[in-house]
Amino acid sequence: MASYKPTNIPVYPKLGEKVTEETLYWKNYKTPIQIKEFGAVSNIHFSPVTPYNFAVTAFTRIHLYGLLSQEPVKTFTRFKDTAYCGRFRSDGQLLVAGCEDSVVRLFDVSGKVALRMFKGHTKAVHVTDFTSDRYQILTGSDDYTCCLWDIPNSAQLNTYQEHTDYIRCGVTSQLNRDLFVTGSYDHSLKVFDARVDKSVMTINHGHPVESLLLYPSEGLLVSAGGRYVRVWDLLKGGQPLVSLKNHHKTVTCLALSSNGQRLLSGSLDRHVKVYNTTSYKVVHNFDYPAAILSLALAPEDESIVVGMTNSILSIKHRKPSEEAKETAGHQRRRPSYRVYAHRKSYVPKQDDYLVSKPVRQHLAKYDKQLKKFNVSKALDTALETWIRGRKPEITVAVIRELDRRGTLKNALAGRDEQELSRLLSFLIANLVDARFAPVLITAAEMILDIYQSIIGQSPVVDKQLLHLQSLLERELDYQKDLLEVLGMLDTMFASSLPKIELPCSGISTSNGLPQGQSTASRPQILAA
Amino acid sequence: MFLLCASGESVKVFSTATEECLHALQGHTDLITGVLLRPSNHLQAYSCSLDGTVRLWDFTDGILIRTYSIGYPIYGIYASAKHEGVIFIITPMHTDTNSELFQLVAVHLPQCGEQLVEAKELSAVLSNISSNPAASAFGREGQYIVSAKPLQLEVYFFKKHKSYSFFLKKDNQKGGKNTFTCITCHPTEDCIASGHEDGKIRLWRNFNHRKEYTYSTLHWHHSAVSSLRFTPEGTNLLSGGVESVLVQWRYNQESQRDFLPRLGGAITHISVSPDGALFCTSHSDNKITIIQSCVKVSAVIQGLVKGDRIRTDLMIEPRSKALVLNGKPGHLQFYSLQRDKLLYNLDIVQQEYIHESGLEQFEVVMAAFDASGSWLATVEERKQKAPELELNLKLWAFDDQKQSFVLNTTISAPHEGRITALCFPHVSDGQTTMLVSTSRDGHFKAWQLAAPAHTEDEGPSWSCDFLGAYHSLVPECCCFSADSSLLAVGFQEVVTVWTPASWELLTTLSQPPGAVRDLCFGRLSCSKYLLGATTSRLLCCWNLLTCSLEWVTSMDVSLLLADPLSENMAAFCFEAGSTDLFVFKPGEPRPLFSHKALCSGRVTHAVFVPREVMLESCDEASQWLNCSHLYFLTQSMDLLTFITKAEEDKLTASSKQLVVSDDVAMTPFHLLLGKHRDQLENPQAESRLSVEPIRQPSSSAGINELLQMPAHVLPSASFLCSMFVQSLLISVNKPSEQNKEKEEEMESEKEEEDSDGEMESRISRPEHMPSGESGCAAPALTKEEVRELRRLKKLDHSWMKGLLD
Repeated sequence: MASYKPTNIPVYPKLGEKVTEETLYWKNYKTPIQIKEFGAVSNIHFSPVTPYNFAVTAFTRIHLYGLLSQEPVKTFTRFKDTAYCGRFRSDGQLLVAGCEDSVVRLFDVSGKVALRMFKGHTKAVHVTDFTSDRYQILTGSDDYTCCLWDIPNSAQLNTYQEHTDYIRCGVTSQLNRDLFVTGSYDHSLKVFDARVDKSVMTINHGHPVESLLLYPSEGLLVSAGGRYVRVWDLLKGGQPLVSLKNHHKTVTCLALSSNGQRLLSGSLDRHVKVYNTTSYKVVHNFDYPAAILSLALAPEDESIVVGMTNSILSIKHRKPSEEAKETAGHQRRRPSYRVYAHRKSYVPKQDDYLVSKPVRQHLAKYDKQLKKFNVSKALDTALETWIRGRKPEITVAVIRELDRRGTLKNALAGRDEQELSRLLSFLIANLVDARFAPVLITAAEMILDIYQSIIGQSPVVDKQLLHLQSLLERELDYQKDLLEVLGMLDTMFASSLPKIELPCSGISTSNGLPQGQSTASRPQILAA
Repeated sequence: MFLLCASGESVKVFSTATEECLHALQGHTDLITGVLLRPSNHLQAYSCSLDGTVRLWDFTDGILIRTYSIGYPIYGIYASAKHEGVIFIITPMHTDTNSELFQLVAVHLPQCGEQLVEAKELSAVLSNISSNPAASAFGREGQYIVSAKPLQLEVYFFKKHKSYSFFLKKDNQKGGKNTFTCITCHPTEDCIASGHEDGKIRLWRNFNHRKEYTYSTLHWHHSAVSSLRFTPEGTNLLSGGVESVLVQWRYNQESQRDFLPRLGGAITHISVSPDGALFCTSHSDNKITIIQSCVKVSAVIQGLVKGDRIRTDLMIEPRSKALVLNGKPGHLQFYSLQRDKLLYNLDIVQQEYIHESGLEQFEVVMAAFDASGSWLATVEERKQKAPELELNLKLWAFDDQKQSFVLNTTISAPHEGRITALCFPHVSDGQTTMLVSTSRDGHFKAWQLAAPAHTEDEGPSWSCDFLGAYHSLVPECCCFSADSSLLAVGFQEVVTVWTPASWELLTTLSQPPGAVRDLCFGRLSCSKYLLGATTSRLLCCWNLLTCSLEWVTSMDVSLLLADPLSENMAAFCFEAGSTDLFVFKPGEPRPLFSHKALCSGRVTHAVFVPREVMLESCDEASQWLNCSHLYFLTQSMDLLTFITKAEEDKLTASSKQLVVSDDVAMTPFHLLLGKHRDQLENPQAESRLSVEPIRQPSSSAGINELLQMPAHVLPSASFLCSMFVQSLLISVNKPSEQNKEKEEEMESEKEEEDSDGEMESRISRPEHMPSGESGCAAPALTKEEVRELRRLKKLDHSWMKGLLD
C-alpha cells in the first residue's frame, strides 16, 4: 500500500545574485559596527604587528582602535588642520601623518606629542609613508613635489619635482628601500629610485590617480583613478595588464585581501567591489550607506574597515568559523553521549534479524488536511501569515493541488470578509509573479465568479478589488511595452545578422524525385 | 490457501502465501464469467463461461473433473449448501445474443461419472434480472435469493415459492442516483446489503413483508459502490468502489469503520476466504490484493498494468531489457518480457492520485531512454486545452545504488504547446548530454546536461541549450542519425536536417503534399538514408549524401521503426481496416518480409527488443528476427510478437509434452506411475524430453513431480531423503563403466571421489541447468562432462525406481 504523497512544492531557481564560494566567504561577516568620527574618514591603516590596532585619520584627529574595541585606544590631536594619511611603521612603533598645514608629524604610538615635525612642503601633505629600511619617510604634497626625509635628524634627503599636479597617493616598496611610486592628479604614476634623482618609470593612468597599491611580490602595481582600476606589470616596464571599470563613480581606495587572492576597491558610488586577482572578475560586492573614502582589511581578513564621507567608520568582523562552533557543541554534548554509550556498543551481528520500527511519515499541516480532504482548512493553513509572507510558493502549490483535485472552488467559497481580504491581499502580492501567475489567475477568476454578488457590501474588499484591477492594468501595459521592445529587437537582429544562405532552398521542387542535375550543385554537404 | 481468479479463458490458481500462479485451469473456449467454490466440497470449484458450459475442477491439482454443457451463454453462477446438486446460473432470456433480458435459471446437475455431461433439467427462478453477477446473491442458509434491477430489489423465497419486490424512487432529493450496483446477504441474519450508484449502502431488513420492510443507509463512498461482501460470521461488511479504499463496517455498529486506502486502481471485486482470515480485492489495473482480516495488505499479485490508454511509445530499458510503457496512472511500468512479470512501477508524477471519475489527471505522455540507459526523460501533461496546459519535462538519472531512476531535473512548462516528440542521440560510448524535444508551439529545443554552476547545486542538471524553429511551422517528429551527427526534424511538409555540434541548418528535404508524420534514419550500412512517412500516404527515402529522393512508395504508414541492431526497418501500414507489416532494408527495393492483415485497426506502438542470444538464421523469411524480437501493441491493447519457425517448434514440443501427461493422468499417482513406466519402456523418449527447453529450474520430470505432488500422498521425507541423496551421488562400485574409460580419465575420476562434497556440488550444477541449454552447449563440453551428463541421465530416476519397487 502506497503512503500519502505530500504536495509537491516546486523549487524555483533563486533569482538575482548567485551564491558562490566567494559570496559565502565575504558574506560571513557580522553586522557592521558603526562609529561616528569628527569628519570624513580619509585614511585607515592597520598596524602590521599584533594586536593589529588601526589608525583612522578623520578631520584633525587620528584615532587608534583596537581590533575588537569600539572605543579609540589612543587619540592624536596635535594637528592644526585636517590630518591626512596616518600610517604605521612596519614595526608598529611609529606613526606618520601629513596635514593640511604642510607639516609632516611623526608620533610614537605610545606618546602624544609629535617626535618629529618635518617642515619643507609648501602645501597640504596628502601622502606619507615609511620606507622599508624604517629610517626614512616619503611624503607627497599638493605643491607637486615629493620628498624623502631622514627620521633621526629630520632632514630632507631628496625632493622630486616631476609631477605637474597634486600628489594624492604614493606607496613605498617593501622589498627595496630605495623604490617608491607616487600617483598624481596629472594622470601619471611615477616610479622613483632614491639612488638617482629622477623618476625611473612613468605610467599614464588616464585619470587623476586617487590610490595606489603594490602587490606583495611588487611585480604588479594597481592604480585607481576616475572610474577605473588599472593593473600594471612593473617587470614588463609598466605595461598595462588589465583595466577594470566596475564602479560608476571615482574609485578612491584599494586594498588587497591577506592572501593576495582578492583585490578590493572602494568608490564614491558607495560600493566596495571584490575582484579575483587571477581572472579580474568581480566576485562580490558590498554596499555602504555613503561614499567611501578609505578601506582597510585586517590580517587574515578578520575585519573590513571602511571610512565614509559622512564621517562614519564601519567595522565588520568575521563570524567565528564553523569548526570552532562544532567543537564547542561537541564538548557540550559529551556527557549525554556517555549515558547512551551502552546502547551504541551493541552492533547487530550478521545473522540477526533486524526489526525496524515503521517510519512515521511526517506531513506538513496543510498536507494532513489535504489527506483528510479538508480543502478549506488546508487553504487556510497555507494562507497563514508566515507561509504567505515568507514562502508564497507553498501557498501557490496548495492552490495548484486544490485545482488539480477539482476542489478549488469549494475551498475558495464561503469566506467572510476577513478571510476574503486575506486571500485578495495574497493575490495582490503575488499575482504578477511570473512563476505563480498561471495558478493564481485561475484562482482569481474563481474568486471573482464566486463573490461577484457581494461586491459593494464591504469597503475593504472593494478597495482590494480595485487595487487588483489597477495592478492588472499596469501589468498589461508592462507586457505590451515588453512585446514592443522584443519586436524592435527582432527587427534589429534581423537586419544586423548576415543572412544564412541554405544550400537547398526550403520547399523547392528539385528536392522531389531524383533529378540528375540537382545533385551537382551541392557537394559541400557531403562533409556533413 | 489458494486463490482462484477468472482470467480470460482460464481460471488461475494462485497461492496466497507466495503470490505465485500454481495452475491455470484451461478448457473453456470463451470468456469465463464466474468462479465458485463447490459448497459441498471446498477443494472443488465450478466455473462458468460464455461458451455455455459449467466445469467442475479440482483446483489443488489443476484437474478438470467434469464438464456440464448447458447450451446457453452463462453470465453468472450461484450455489448454496442447502441446494444440493443444483446450481443457479444467469442466462439470456432469448437465444439471440443481442438480448438485453436475462433470467436466473436453476440447473439440476446430473450425477454420473462421465467427463462431459449435458445438463437438461433447467427451471427458471427469476426473470428479467441484471446480467451483472454482483447484482444477485443467496440469502441466509439458501432460503431466498435476491436480485437487483436498476431500481428494484426482488427477493425470492424458495419455501414459499414467492417473490417480493421493493422499489426505490428514481432520484432522491439530493440528486444522487439510487440505481443498485451490487448486493450481498448476511450469512446468519435476514439482512440484505445493497450498494448504489451514489455511494450509499442500504441495509434491508424485514423484507418478508411487502409493506413493512425497513432499510437503513450507510454513506461513506462518494461514487458508486462496486462490490460488497459480508465476512463469513457476518460481523463485518466490506465495501469498495472507485476510490480504491476498502471500507470495513462493523455489522450493527456502522459508525465504526476501518479503512484501507490507496490500494491502486478502482476496486472491482471483493472476496472473502471461507474461514474469514483473508480478504481479497481485485482492481481495475490488473491487480489482486490479498488483505489480512486485520485490514493489512499481505500480498499483491500484479500483472501487466492495464492503463486507460497507452500514451507513451513502447520502449526497452537498455539495462534490464524490460519493456516500459504507461502503467498505473502517473507511473511507468517496467515489465520483464522474459519472465512475463512486472518488475516495478516508477512514479513519474509524484502526486497523490485522486480517485474520482471525470477529474483531469496528470498523464505521462512521452518517455525516452538514452542508449546506455542512464537517463530517462518523461513528459507529463494535464488539461489538453491550450491555454491551461500544464506540462512537465522530467529527467531521471539511473542510480546504481538504488538500481532505479532518480529524479534529476524537473522543467515545468518546457514548451508552450504540447510536446510532439522527444529523443536522445545514440551515443554509444560515454555519457549522453543532450535531449531534443519538439512541440506544437513551433519550436524544437535542445536540452543540455550542464555541470553545476554554483556550489549550492548538488550535481549536474539539464538546461535549455538551443531553440530552433523553421518558418513558424509545427514540428511533428525528430530523429537522430545513427552516429548522432545529424538531427532531422520534420516541420509539417519539410524535413530539416541540423548538425547538433553547431546547430546549423544543413539542408531541407520535402515531398509535398502531406506533412511528415514519422522520420527514421537508417542504421549501419544504410545510415545514409533518411526515411519519412507522410500523411499523403507516401513512404519516402532520401539519400543524405546526394540530398535527393532515393525512392518513394505509396503506403499509409502508421508507424516506422528501425531495428537498433541491424539495417532492417519495420513499417506498419494501415490498409482497408487492417494493418500490414513490411520489413525492409532502406537500400533494397524488395521487402524482406511482409505480412498482410496482421490485425485489425492501426498499430501505433511497437518496439524491437534485442535478443540476448543471436539466432543462427534458419530460413530467409525469418532472417530479420535474428537480432531482435518485434513486439507490437494492437488497438485492443494486446501485446503480440513474431517468432521464428524453430522457436515455434520448440514451443509446441514443450506444450505437447504437457498434453500427453494430461491425457494419461487421472490422479497424481497415475501421473507418477504412468509417466515413469513410459520412461522405463522408452528410454529414447526420455532423452528427447531432456533436450527440450523447459523453463523449470529442474530438468528432471521425476523431481518435478515429487515437488508438485501434495505432501499427504508422499511417503515420509526421511524415507525419500536417503534415496534422493543416493541418486545424486555417483556410486563408487561401477567398475564396468570405469574400465571402459581411458586411464587418464580414471585418474581424474579418483581425484573427484576424494572430495565427496565438491563432487556433489559439481554434479548438481548440470542437473539444475535447463536441459535445453545443456543441449545447445553440448559441443562445448569436455569429454569428461559429457560422460558425467550421460551417467546422470541414467542415474536420475534410479532412486524413484527404488521407491516404486
